[in-house]
Amino acid sequence: MAFDEMYAADGSVRPPYAGVAQWLAGVNPEQLERRRLEAELFYRRGGITFAVYGDNQGEERIIPFDIIPRILSSAEWARLSKGLEQRVRALNMYLADIYGKQRAVKAGIVPEDLVWRNPAYRPEMAGVEVPHGVYVHIAGIDIVRIDADDFYVLEDNARTPSGVSYMLGGREICFRLMADLYGAHKVAPVDNYPDELVTMLRSVAPRSADNPTIALLTPGQFNSAYYEHSFLADKMGVELVEGRDLFVKDACVYKRTTEGPRKVDVLYRRVDDDFIDPLAFRPDSMLGVPGLFGAYTAGNVTLANAVGTGAADDKAIYTYMPEIVKFFLSEEPILKNVPTWRCRDPKELSYVLDHLPELVVKEVHGSGGYGMLVGPQSTKAEIEDFRARLKANPETYIAQPTLALSTCPSFVASGIAPRHVDLRPFVLTGANGMKIVPGGLTRVAMREGSLVVNSSQGGGTKDTWVVDL
Amino acid sequence: MRIRIQHRTVTIFEEPVGALIQVLRRTPRNYDGQHVRHWRIDLDQDVQMIPAEDAFGNAVHNLSYTRPLDDLGMTIQGEVETREFHGVVRGGHERFPVGLYLRETPLTQTDSTIRKFAEGLGGKDTLETLHKLMAALHDAMEVEPKAVNLPAPTILAAARGASSDVAHVFIAVARGLGIPARFIAGYALLGPEQQSWRLTTRCWAEAFVESIGWIGFDPVEGISPSEAHIRVSMALDHLGAAPLRTTAHGTVEERLDVTVLADHADHAGFRQQQQ
Repeated sequence: MAFDEMYAADGSVRPPYAGVAQWLAGVNPEQLERRRLEAELFYRRGGITFAVYGDNQGEERIIPFDIIPRILSSAEWARLSKGLEQRVRALNMYLADIYGKQRAVKAGIVPEDLVWRNPAYRPEMAGVEVPHGVYVHIAGIDIVRIDADDFYVLEDNARTPSGVSYMLGGREICFRLMADLYGAHKVAPVDNYPDELVTMLRSVAPRSADNPTIALLTPGQFNSAYYEHSFLADKMGVELVEGRDLFVKDACVYKRTTEGPRKVDVLYRRVDDDFIDPLAFRPDSMLGVPGLFGAYTAGNVTLANAVGTGAADDKAIYTYMPEIVKFFLSEEPILKNVPTWRCRDPKELSYVLDHLPELVVKEVHGSGGYGMLVGPQSTKAEIEDFRARLKANPETYIAQPTLALSTCPSFVASGIAPRHVDLRPFVLTGANGMKIVPGGLTRVAMREGSLVVNSSQGGGTKDTWVVDL
Repeated sequence: MRIRIQHRTVTIFEEPVGALIQVLRRTPRNYDGQHVRHWRIDLDQDVQMIPAEDAFGNAVHNLSYTRPLDDLGMTIQGEVETREFHGVVRGGHERFPVGLYLRETPLTQTDSTIRKFAEGLGGKDTLETLHKLMAALHDAMEVEPKAVNLPAPTILAAARGASSDVAHVFIAVARGLGIPARFIAGYALLGPEQQSWRLTTRCWAEAFVESIGWIGFDPVEGISPSEAHIRVSMALDHLGAAPLRTTAHGTVEERLDVTVLADHADHAGFRQQQQ
């Protein structure tokens, strides 16, 4: 039985949801349906769509938005945000270490081959001094609950995590369409996120830049998160640029403008490592800026996130995060890890192969809910197919128990019903410390019983309210 | 040996190039086997060369041309003293733990053909296996002047490629066997024939043998690099060690000249280096 965030086991309403319960008692399904349609219209008008990879290339969809907010008490949030800060601090220290002194490997905290042979490790970054020592400027940490007490990290996202535009869009919808409910709560604001983001980006500019110019580097309109890129650039008041808008001269980065070249000091880049500079990484990349990496290592431009952060966030390193937290911070991890079997270990692999129907198996380097097996919801044929894949390349998989993710009341075709959720808060790290806007993106599996919340797999989103009780 | 080289390249572009960015790895560093007495790169164009050092310890120059170019000339002149160590590479500054050199890269990927080739080598220990690998590639591969820069399995199947392509096969096979290996770009002296030497650009591989350390293998010649090799840059593969990465390609005219000033090393130079 999954943990229900609204109702306690005895059927009583948990305090954070008192207002929602009261409100739900006073609205009828027609009113809810009308608001749901309005919300959908809001997304359509705003062009808030995203492309789905896989079956129909380039198909654009609207992510379903569930109008019933997810509620966290400020006390719950305080605990969670402390855990998030600790986690991201450890991620940053780990990255500084694997590109620097290599203490963690030497101390045997993480196996050597998982570091040096990690596909996301960038040898080119070794010895590079990143501005202000920050690697993961923007982290998205996926959190799940299975009971009232603990928050578990499902996944760390330290590369170019997306979804924050849905957090902001969801809040705007709630503010407009759910004014009655919103007004009855003291909801902590999230709409300052773009300001916090731009403040953070300014703080990590090269020391030589007094009044830094910031730009957001997008792969372009064919990227699934292009809407978010243009939205954030607009909200931050910075320019949205593509690789072809920039050039490098004498190890500095410039933007072409009608008034001549303008130096760029900070790039919030949403282009993957592989593609940012054809002279340093993939030579066939058309999305990057030739010479950018040279400008970066010369200290003339800051890239956020740093290059090579993926070496900290794959699912194999994930399993070592509790040890990484203890090693670098000498603290007990506040956030728990979901118990995970490492299929690279023959003993653990044999357990996994024996229990496939009850486990979730994921690719170490996969994301977006692609290439995973949810044992209890798979056919025999799917399980056997995965068994073959596991045996062929065990080191590329991990397995986890099928977690009973917590549920929140959601408005679905049959009315109000519990649906499984997770949460992606966004953690900003700059030269002056860390900042997390209270809340994040709640993703909800809209299909009954489904545990896959990824938007690419039919998941929806909810607004997340951190409320003072 | 005391070697003086001159390496002149002129790149001619089919159409004038508006802006050009280049990254050079064309400056050798010292190690026990070589002492660089002097080295300079001259460009025909007036452009700033921004020096840097990459993560592998290679000397890098970043160049950016903003004025339109029809052609581009570059002259490298240098004088290097080399000593014979039969391929053993010591005294360089190692930036990475040996385990890093087991990484697979797109150009050095292994597949079933590579593995099968590796299994067929035999050898009673790592060193013998590596020598067998070098000999096998020396026999099997037809060496061409122009690099195709395709993944190792493709090169092995085609049985032809430039020295850089052959080095990728060597590296892929070695890594597939669990032997750390890496890519070297540099120069090799050919000859002497009638007392005269010829100079060529050359890529080879180095592999790590537990009891000895890093050892060079030049499958093109079928020997370990000798004092007639100048070691310029090192990385996981050709992309990382490339003497030149550029945003625009053209027809390259190349002229390499070499003078051997002394058959034996000037030991004073090495003593100076060791201080």
